[in-house]
Amino acid sequence: MSKTNRRMSTCTTNKIADICIYLIIGLISATCVLPFIHIAAKSVSEEVYVIANKVFLIPEGFILDAYKKVLNDASIIRSFFVSVWVTVLFTVLGMIITLCAAYPLSRKNLIGRKKITLFFMITMYFNGGMIPEYLLVNSLNLLDTMAALILPLAFSAYNFLIMKTSLQTSIPESLIESAYLDGASEFRILGNIIIPLSKPIIATLTLFYAVGRWNAYSDALFYIKQNVNIRPLQLKLYNLVIASTESIQDTVEGTAMLTNPEVLKAACIMFATVPILCIYPFVQKYFVQGTLIGSVKE
Amino acid sequence: MKNKSSLIRRMGKQWQLYVLLLIPIVFALVFKYGSMIGLVTALKDYKVVKGFWDSEWVGLDVFRKIFGMKNFGLAVRNTLLLNILTLLFGFPMPIILALLLNEIKNVYYKRITQTLLYLPHFLSFVIIGAIAYQLFGMNSGVVNNLIDSLGGARIPFLQEDMHWLFTYVLISVWQSMGWGSIIYLAAIAGVNPELYEAATIDGANRFQRIIYITLPCIKSTAVTLLIMNLGKVMGGSFESVFALRNAATTEFTTTIPVLIYQFGIMGGKFSESTAMGLFQSGVGVILVLFSDFIAKKMGEEGLI
Repeated sequence: MSKTNRRMSTCTTNKIADICIYLIIGLISATCVLPFIHIAAKSVSEEVYVIANKVFLIPEGFILDAYKKVLNDASIIRSFFVSVWVTVLFTVLGMIITLCAAYPLSRKNLIGRKKITLFFMITMYFNGGMIPEYLLVNSLNLLDTMAALILPLAFSAYNFLIMKTSLQTSIPESLIESAYLDGASEFRILGNIIIPLSKPIIATLTLFYAVGRWNAYSDALFYIKQNVNIRPLQLKLYNLVIASTESIQDTVEGTAMLTNPEVLKAACIMFATVPILCIYPFVQKYFVQGTLIGSVKE
Repeated sequence: MKNKSSLIRRMGKQWQLYVLLLIPIVFALVFKYGSMIGLVTALKDYKVVKGFWDSEWVGLDVFRKIFGMKNFGLAVRNTLLLNILTLLFGFPMPIILALLLNEIKNVYYKRITQTLLYLPHFLSFVIIGAIAYQLFGMNSGVVNNLIDSLGGARIPFLQEDMHWLFTYVLISVWQSMGWGSIIYLAAIAGVNPELYEAATIDGANRFQRIIYITLPCIKSTAVTLLIMNLGKVMGGSFESVFALRNAATTEFTTTIPVLIYQFGIMGGKFSESTAMGLFQSGVGVILVLFSDFIAKKMGEEGLI
């Protein structure tokens, strides 16, 4: 009798514990999504309600004027395309460099393999820092060019390490050996065997490069000063929303009524966040895998 | 002699691999090693008109100068303060999250909450900063609006030094905790299920299983991560601080990278700012090596 009672009470304690755990996790997760719902609500609300601080999670009124204004500002749209273009070029270049470094060094019989690997890995722990890098970009005449946002970060020792580890563990040496004995050149082995076999890791690192480039703003802040036409979106957003050193260029007739900067800022934030939110659910899986490879060393 | 020529011949056979390596080597040489040469700027009196090579050598004068600066001491303190506070609160959160997530049996609930928890990691610091101002702004931030409507006084989350510090740590921990839990979830997934079965038969309840099985099994991961993060307390986090700072809060927001930015890129004082950076990375390297040494002493796998 007492035994059944005890089992019953353990059962209820378990239930209560479960409910608590589900609630806590639910609440913490909510803090990751509610800010966006609030800002989305604000961006489509009518100005009077925003000024009166009445908007929480549900839009008050529904009006798209703020978005019209954002989309009609040529410099914002230009920034968006600069970001897209820079991200694409940077990612392609970064992947070429990473593959060209990781494939030869994943081959165990390459002479000088250890030394060359060390040469690359040193750059993970030592770097010039902000000012020497700035002076380098300056002396290469890359200030105020898109190349300043593409070339300096294209080689990443971290991504190289992930790629090398992955190639070493996933592709059997014997496969390469037999292709080699059949007379295939290294370039053919890379193109016809290695790349098709390592699609998942290539997808992962492509995303690492792309998301990293899309999100970074400090190098643009340092290197893009005069040439306002090639400011990436993040820097534009920084100037518009955080530093408030710029404001939206009004080119649309009839929306001049919209004056509250908060609504406009909210629309700008949504404009910059939506691309990430759209691809995020699909790429998250690859990121988790890549991070786990990165945390396991050679 | 014979050995040498056969080595060259063997290398010659692999020439295609070396051709491939040429591209990354050029990039690393120019952009990574190339910038390291610039570090000697710290030992020179850099004048733009004279250029990099012709500026005068001044030895350690620049270092003497920056150590005498009040702002530099402040920047060192702030860098350490922000990093240590973030580590102090940011270290346990992923472990707690991972333990809680591991208890969730409903696959869909788990997947959805994980997706939401990882989200902040994918956003740029500009977006995080912009959102922070929308949420915590003094006059129109939604948190203050809520406090106001409940009858409380508005709080200067981002407009006053001590509050700023609190808000910064909160946002940093919030942004990194979900992503940080991944590695612990992987460690927990690697625990032998027989251990749990045996413990259950022995009458261990859920809480005891966590304390006596899960925690000891992820201890090594936690210790390694903690030690490695301790090695980074001198590290710079330019983007996160810069996106949240404002004119009203300069007490804690002047970290070393921010000061370098103001001195070097805004002010053109390249020697002083390079010396600051060199000091920061020098101390950083010592800390990393030291923490690596400690980790290995404790029988954990080191970093290097």
